[in-house]
Formats: sequence, structure tokens, C-alpha cells
Amino acid sequence: MLELVTTRDNPMIDPAMHVWGWEIPVYLFLGGWVAGSMVLAGWFMRRGREPGDRCVCDVLPWISLVLISLGMGALFLDLEHKLYVWRMYLTLQPSSPMSWGGWILVLVYPVLALGALRSLPGDWLTSWPALARLAAALREPAATRTLSNASILTGIALGIYTGVLLSSLGARPLWASAALGPLFLVSGLSTGAAFAHVIARNPVEQAALLRADNAFLAVELALIGLFLVGLTTASAVHVNAAALLLGGPYTAVFWVFVVGLGIVLPLAIQTLMASHRIPHTLVAPALVMLGGLALRFVIVSAGQYSHWISP
Amino acid sequence: MARFGMVIDTRQCVGCMDCVVACKTENDVPDGFCRDWINQRLEGTMPDLRLTITSERCNHCDRPPCVSCCPTGASHVHEFGRIVLVDHEKCIGCKACLASCPYGARFIHPDGYADKCTFCIHRVEKGELPACVAVCPTYAMHFGDLDDPGSELNRLVASRRHFALKPDAGTQPRIFYLE
Amino acid sequence: MNRISRRRFLKIAGLGAGAAAVAAGTSGGLRAMARKPAGGETRVVPTFCDICFWKCNAHAHVRDGRLWKITGHPDDPLSRGRLCPRGTGGIGAYFDPDRLRAPLMRHKARGEETWVEVTWDEALGHIAERMQKIKAEHGPEAMALFSHGIGGTFLKHTLKAYGSPNIAAPSFAQCRGPRDVGFELTYGEGIGSPERTDIANARCLVLIGSHLGENMHNTQVQEFADAIAAGAAIIVADPRFSVAASKAQHYLPVKPGSDLALLLAWMNVIVTEGLYDREYVEQHGFGFEHFMAEVATRTPEWAYPETGIAPELIRETARVMACHRPATLVHPGRRTTWYGDDAQRGRAIALLNALLGSWGRKGGFYYPSSMDVPNYPYPPYPESARGKVDNPDHRYPFASETITTGIREATLTGQPYPVKGWLVYATNLIHAIPNEAETIRAIQQLDLMVVVDVIPSEIAGWADVVLPETTYLERYEELNVELFREPFVALRQPVVPAPHDQKPNWWIARELALKLGLGAYYPWTDIEEYLDHRLKGAGSSLAEMKQRGLIKGPPAPLYFADGITPEFATPSGKIEFYSTQLEAAGFDPVPRYQRPEAGPPGSFRLLFGRAPVHSFSRTQSNPILRDAMDENELWVNANVGARLGLASGDYVRLRNQDGVLSNRIKARVTEAIRPECVYMVHGFGHTSRGLRSAYGLGASDAQLITRYATDPLMGGTGANVNFVTIEQGA
Repeated sequence: MLELVTTRDNPMIDPAMHVWGWEIPVYLFLGGWVAGSMVLAGWFMRRGREPGDRCVCDVLPWISLVLISLGMGALFLDLEHKLYVWRMYLTLQPSSPMSWGGWILVLVYPVLALGALRSLPGDWLTSWPALARLAAALREPAATRTLSNASILTGIALGIYTGVLLSSLGARPLWASAALGPLFLVSGLSTGAAFAHVIARNPVEQAALLRADNAFLAVELALIGLFLVGLTTASAVHVNAAALLLGGPYTAVFWVFVVGLGIVLPLAIQTLMASHRIPHTLVAPALVMLGGLALRFVIVSAGQYSHWISP
Repeated sequence: MARFGMVIDTRQCVGCMDCVVACKTENDVPDGFCRDWINQRLEGTMPDLRLTITSERCNHCDRPPCVSCCPTGASHVHEFGRIVLVDHEKCIGCKACLASCPYGARFIHPDGYADKCTFCIHRVEKGELPACVAVCPTYAMHFGDLDDPGSELNRLVASRRHFALKPDAGTQPRIFYLE
Repeated sequence: MNRISRRRFLKIAGLGAGAAAVAAGTSGGLRAMARKPAGGETRVVPTFCDICFWKCNAHAHVRDGRLWKITGHPDDPLSRGRLCPRGTGGIGAYFDPDRLRAPLMRHKARGEETWVEVTWDEALGHIAERMQKIKAEHGPEAMALFSHGIGGTFLKHTLKAYGSPNIAAPSFAQCRGPRDVGFELTYGEGIGSPERTDIANARCLVLIGSHLGENMHNTQVQEFADAIAAGAAIIVADPRFSVAASKAQHYLPVKPGSDLALLLAWMNVIVTEGLYDREYVEQHGFGFEHFMAEVATRTPEWAYPETGIAPELIRETARVMACHRPATLVHPGRRTTWYGDDAQRGRAIALLNALLGSWGRKGGFYYPSSMDVPNYPYPPYPESARGKVDNPDHRYPFASETITTGIREATLTGQPYPVKGWLVYATNLIHAIPNEAETIRAIQQLDLMVVVDVIPSEIAGWADVVLPETTYLERYEELNVELFREPFVALRQPVVPAPHDQKPNWWIARELALKLGLGAYYPWTDIEEYLDHRLKGAGSSLAEMKQRGLIKGPPAPLYFADGITPEFATPSGKIEFYSTQLEAAGFDPVPRYQRPEAGPPGSFRLLFGRAPVHSFSRTQSNPILRDAMDENELWVNANVGARLGLASGDYVRLRNQDGVLSNRIKARVTEAIRPECVYMVHGFGHTSRGLRSAYGLGASDAQLITRYATDPLMGGTGANVNFVTIEQGA
């Protein structure tokens, strides 16, 4: 029999680590959604358009600006030393994914702003001739391609860095997977695609977004599989961590809400929707988005709970 | 350049918590928090029992994940003795360092910054021992320079079986426990 | 035994405007007491600690006018510059938000009252008036003083001047009395405190239930560490696998109550195998042949069913002890009031040491010395015609100190004469003396009940008058002229001023004496005058001592080999292997074992002990020490736990054989304790409402100790005779 006793009882650390509450999963969800939206906006920005043809790339940047600000608000609320937040922006710490992320978030704003500006017709900006000129310039093909690349690359960076951040915290063995960054990115893409599919007014875009979402969901499923394979074939510490999702306390919420209701069910529904076997419904995209939120909550919570079990 | 560490003799340690209390008063550690603590590990069945008592704190690792994850550079390796410290004025309280430590050695001070054992650098700079080492009534705790081949620390680890905590976490801790 | 049907609470905190106004208005108060880090001037003041009774010498550090920390005095022979965790956390006594602030008087029924804050003049005036009345109606002997620690010195002086000889400390009948009497009967001398045990030099150390390392008497633990480092052979007999047991090469999980059988079996082996120190025994021993005959039948095989220890292990450990003699120390223990046969068990330990020749030898028991510091000249105390009340007709013929429970009994029965007033100093009788119902019934017989304390302890809740004392950090004290391996004299002096209206014991004792018309016994007006006078008589001065803190005396011989003459104040003048005086009194001249009574089926014997961060029941509200440990735990055997479906962390209550139900306590289900007993650390489960920070945390062993087995030799109250059942889902 092994008995372990400790005298330590520090807040947020004992008996199990819980330093990040709802703020971080909410940010991760919103950040992922914005990341997906930026990639999709960048993508759809490049297609040819008739006058009056509406593009998701006109709407997504505006919505993303609001979402990313809410997300950053959540991040700010999480800080324990809030008055010193400006310290983030006096330095870049190359070994810290959070430092990279701070600057990526700084970069996100001008990219989104330009995308938003680009969507404004000239007659809306008559009072600001300089902005009208800039908006028009952004609609030129060369500028559009540049902005598209920027939006896609920034979106990928935004979507992937959070997973990299978590996976760099080796002390939380559940997060020790190179699949975590791509998983968060693909989840953000699927959330973004689900939402964009609902708001898209152009039928071509609608259909494309539906098929894209299905692809993202399938890849997400595969990445979850790889994530679990990686952990369960690593060391005892990592097998023990993975067990949280494979029989341990997080099993039900993970398989029911994240995988079942968040990926498999909507993928099935949307596959039927894509082949027109069933009418379009909001239920599937809603499940995808809720599943994305659930994924963040489960990974953040279970990950903190996991610990380095060897003495 | 010095590289400070500790050697703690588990044979001598009785787990009395003098180190915990001394640290608390020396460093004004707030109520409800501790920078160091006692762990007891009991193995076996009555009467064949083995009790290992360890006085633990931040290990001031040679590969400190708390330093690499810090987005502002608040968490850093100090030049003097390679002690791992937190610059309170740079810390934003993001808690990545708390999550990055496999030992759970850090906590958030009520004033908002990340806090932990500092090897009593304010004492060591003056040539004194850290408070926990100075108080230990069973003389179990030893502090010194691991880079000094003649130091007591190196003599102890060379002559006795010893272990470090969670060596497979890859952090290269600088506190060694004599069996 | 009756059980208390209602809790009576100390309502100091609940008092309305009066207390609140005083608390807010008092200069300083809590805000001034708030600890904040600062970084400036540090002043170091030498003093000696008062968290327990060891009196380690200390340096108190004050930084920017605020108490910062306490470290050991580097020249201190007791602490060697390192305090135990309680002393290190001593500043918490100053910052304790629950501490008493002003004198209080009850104005309703005793025990369930509301308090009125009064002035010192009113409080002491009332006490003096009542004491004079008691003296006139019943005689001065009807006033008793229960006192523990050096702070009681001046109160004892006042009481003796008043004319009462009834002064007792629980440390005799509730603690170390049995071992001291056992050694007195064998060697003519007791063990003392600090114990005269040469642990540092022992090549073999035997601990019977002694849990050094959890029991934190500083010097003992430091020497224990020295012995471990030197590779001493350590043998521990304990039903619980203590920290000390974890350091032992030989751990014997004895059945509770069977230690005397084990000791006799060890002596059997050592005698029959001829392993004892023949020369020593021949030279210094008396009655050895009778002793040999008596232990001849106490074989390891006989001891096996009693103790649960295999005969081979008993033999092996006996041989280990013998092989290292005379540097083999069988530790006499400290709190030895267990089963009622404790003085005889103490004597058995004394005899085992005698066989090994460790008394007066290096690695065994040394001869301590003290400095010669002249006393202050006082008029002689009045003689008491009636003598002490605690031990009528020398019922307990070998009691060498006053028996607290004897005074209680006299208070209850009025025999041999009534006791009508109690003065209690620094001892929480409700937790210290078994069967609190008896204590409370006795208190109800009194005309006057006064408690002097630093915190609102449970006993203070039963007082008519509560007098708040300063902590040791705020006061001068009687000089500590220590009897130890290295003699020294130490000074306690104020480090910081008292934060409220608390006063030191010397002031209280003197003011009370003046009000009693006993000014002749206090010719000095200020304690500094008193201290300076005594110190000048010893070749020093108060000024010098305030700066140095302690002065060491010349080293004196420790062992026979150094020149100590082997003299034994026994009837035979030798070490009594056979005690004729015990025989004459009708007791076993050589200890005999009797199995203790078993408890009701399905119950567990309640054992209790110490934690290194707490002292008795007096530190649970110290914020620093409470932070280290705020509740005790109930150790339950792992198999028992499995059978009951109990896991570590579950809260349970205990019900004892008389139906008393404890407060909830957290279970620790562990391999490290035998199945027929449970164990907890003493001093928790506070019921005093004034102890807001400690109230209701953990359970009180004392509350469950409603039965005790009285030692017929010396009146000690064996407390390990209560049995509990576990009630889950608390």
C-alpha cells in the first residue's frame, strides 16, 4: 500500500491544479472561431464576384473583430496582475508561445480591420476620403491577394498557437501532444465554417462551406484519434493522463459532448444535408459550435487535472 | 559562476515543518500559502513499513519550464547562483508558469504575481543560509554551490545514494535527497 | 460517569457594545498588529521561548517596529541556535486575533456566561476580597493554584505568602510523574526537564511509545538526529509506526498496554544470557538476586501473546541493547500516564537501564548542573498547619509532587478539608486533566475561580475572573536558571509592547499580593529591580543580560567517569533492583505486568500524542501554526478502514464507552497503526467560542477521556483507558 501525505494546500494548485477557469476555454473557443473565420474570409476573398454578389469575406471580419475583442476581454479577466498587462507588449520571449500569441493577437486587429474596411462600399465612406481610397485599393486584385494571404496565415497562426502553448507545458501530460495545435486549428476552422455556412448568402459559398465543414470535422476526428494514440503509447505518466478521457472522470463529457454531439452527429447530419437527403437545418452547425466550445473546456480542465505522477 | 542547489538528508528529516514555518516568517508568506512543504510517502504493510519524508520547494531547475513559458520575462534565471526568480514588476499573472511546473511549486500571491521559493536570495547574497536550511533542527538541509567540486553538496551526493524529484519530467532539478 | 448535557460557551466574541467599543478604541488593536513586509532597520532582542516548557533561548527580530521573526540564540545549549517549528512560529502568539485583551468578569452563571470588561483594579480587587473571605472562613489552604510553566513563579510566591501549600502542575499526575517516581524509587532521583538523557552519545536508543520528531522537545529531537547521523541502533516499540519508528532498525508494533511485558522480557533475556553489566550491578545494585528470580519467568515466549512481538525479535533486540552498553539509553518517555501501572513501568525502564549500566555513563543518563544565582531575600512563608490537601494520609505514598486531581477531588468532596478557590495559570485544565465533567463539577463548588491566560481557553470559560496575560514577547520573566548538561542563566525581556490591556504574570502576582496586604513579600517595585538584584548576586547585571540574553556557567562533570560520586538517595543507598520500600507499602518490589482491561467489543482504544507544530491546546489559534496544521486527524488501521468502508479524508465522530460524542474529525486510514487502537494529536476540537479561528476544528481527545486509571503509587491518571466507536458520515 502506498500512502502519500502532503502539508501543502496552495490555492489553485491543491489538491489538483486549476489555475484557468472559464475565461481560457472561452477565449480559446472565440480565438479558434476567429482563426477559422480569417482563413475562410481570406479564401473566399479571392473568388470572382458580380456586383451585388455577397461574400462571407465582407461580414466575417466585422464579426471577428467583436469576437476577438470579447476573447481578449476574457484573457484579461483571467490575469491575476492585470495592471501589468502592458508588460506583454514590451518584449517578445521566443521560447514562450504565449508571448508569440500576444503579438499574433496584435497582428490580428489590423488584418481584420483591413478586411472590414475592404467590405465597405465607396458611398459609405464619403466623409473619410482617405479611407475610401484605401478601401478601393484593397479591392484591387493584387491587394486582395496580399490581404487574403495575410488573413489566411494570421488565421492559421492564431488557430494553432494556443494548442502549441498548451502542448509546451510538459507538466500537464494530457497536453503533451503535437496534435494539439493542429487539433485546435481544425476545430476553429470547423466552428468558423459552420457559422459562415449559416450566414452565407451566396449559394455557392454556402455549399462550399458545408463541404469544407464536413472535411474539417473528419480531420478533427482523425486528429483526436492521433492525439489519443500518441498519449496511450507514450510513458506511464501520459497513459495515466489519457485515462482521464478513457474511463476516468472526463470520459462521459468528452465522448458524448465533444466527439458524439460535437463531431460525429453533426458530421452525419451535414453529410446528408450536403447530398440533399435532408433539408438544411441549424441544428448541425449549432452542434458543431457547441462541440468546439466543449472541446476547449474539456481539454483545459482535464489537462490541468493531469499531473506528473512519477515521484 | 555559482550554481546553487540543495542536498536534503531524508534519514535525518523528521518532517517537523520547521522549514515551512521559518520560510513563512522570514519571507512574510501570506496565510493559506506556502513556499515549501513536507511530503510523506509510506510504503509497505504493518510492521514492514518504510516512510520517506521530503521537504520540498521550487527545485530551481537547470531546465526551468517556468522560465521558458513566461511571456514577459518576469520568470528568469538570475545571474547570481542561477537562482530562478520572478520579477514582480513584470509578472502579469497569466499563470502559465504555475501550469508548467511539474512540482506545483508556484502559486499566485494575493498581490497578483507568481511567487515561490527564492532560495532566500536576500540572505544568500549576504553570505547567510536560506531560512529553511538555517533552522532545520535535525541538520538535514544543506545548501551550496553545485559547480564547486569541493562543496559539501557534491561530497554528499558522491558518497550517498540520492534521488531528485520527477527526474523524468526533464527539468533537471537542483535539489537532491539523500536516501 | 455523567456526560455534559449542554455545551457551555465562552461568549467573549458575542458580547455587544462593551467589548466592541474597547476593542475599537484601544490604541493599536488589530490594525496595528497586521503583519506587513517592510525592509528597513532590524533590532534583535534576546529572550527565551514560551510556546512549550523547554525555554529555548531565542533572538526576536523586530523590523521597522514590527515583529518579524524569531530565530534561535546562537549560544543556546538547548537549541544550539535552531528553534523548533513552534518557537519559529512564536510571533503568531503576538498576532493571534483571538487572544485575550482586557480583564473580564462574569455576571451570570458560571460557564455559560456573558462577560463584562473591567479594569485591573476592579478585577484584582474582587479576587483579593474573595480570597480574604475564603481565608477567614476556610483558611488559606482552601485556595489552590494550578500553574504550568515558569510564568507561574510569582503567583506561587503570592499564594505561599498568602498561606496555601496547594500548588500543583498537571505535569506530575497527568504527564511525567510516573517516570520520575519510577526512577526515584530505583535511583533516588527523577529525570527532570530537560531530561538528563544523553541521546547524542547513545550507541543504542530505545523508545517506548516516545515519538521524538513528532514530539518536538527541541534538544531531544536534535540529539535524536545526532544519534541517527552517528549510526546509533534505534529500537522503537509503539502501536503506531511513528516518525521515530521510521528511523529505527527495529520496530516493534506492541499491543497497546503491553509495554511492561516487553520490558520484563528484555530484562529476562539480558539477565539469563548474562549480558548485563556485572561489575556495575555488583558495585551499585541492591537486591539483584531477588530481581533475577522475579524476571526469570518473564520469558519472551511468555511476553509474545501479551505484546504480539515474536520471541526471536525480543531476543534479538535485547542482544542489540546489551551489545552497545553502557551507551544504551532506554528512554524514560515523558507523558507516561497510560494505564495506571505507569510508575512501575517507569521503574522497569529504570531497571533495564541499570542492567545495561547506563545511569551516570556516557550515552545513558548524565548528571546535570545549574548555576548558583542567589534568590531574592523574602520573609519566610507562613507554615500551614493542615498541610497539602491533594494526598490525604499519603494515600499515594510515593507521590513526590502535588497531585492536581487530588486537589480536584478535595474540591469535590470537601475532604480532607474544603477547597473553595482556584487560581489557574497557563494550563487549560479542561484539556489537561481527564474527565472534564469532574473538573466542571469541582469548579461549581468554588467561591472563586480565576484564570490567567493568554488566549480564551476552555478553562477560562469557567472562570469568574479572566486575567489576560501578555505573551512572552511582551514581558519580563523570572530568570531561567537551567539545570542541564551545560548550566546557564537566561533572561526573558519584552520585545514589543503589549498591544492591549494585557499584563505580565509578575505584575499580576504583585498587585494581587499588595491588595492582599502581602506587600512585605514584594519589597521590589519593578521586576527590573528584582532581576538586577539576583543577577548582580551572580556576578552579572540586568544590563548585561539584556544585551547577551544568556550567560553560561562553568562546565561541570557529567558522568561517574568524570568524577561524579555514585550516590543513590534510596533506602539502601544503592540502585534498587528490589525495592523494600515498595514491598513495605504493599506494592510489587519488582514490577509485575498486568494486562490492561479490554474495551467493549467493536471499540478501539483511544491513543493520543503530539504534533511538531503545536503545543498542547494552546497554539491552535496561533495564525502561523494554524496555517501549518489546523485540524487533527484520526489514525485508523487500513484493514479496519476497509471493513468500515472508510477512506482517508472522510469525516467521522467518535463515541466513547460512556456515550460522549466527539466533534467531527478527518480520518487517516493507514497501515501505520495497529487495528485495535485509534490515534489523534492532542489539543484540538476547541469548544471555546473565543477561539474563533480554532473553534470546532478537529476533535478533542480530552473530551473523550472520561475514565482514567489512577496509579496507586503516586496518583498519576492513566488516560489510555478509553475506548471509542467510529460513527461515519459526520
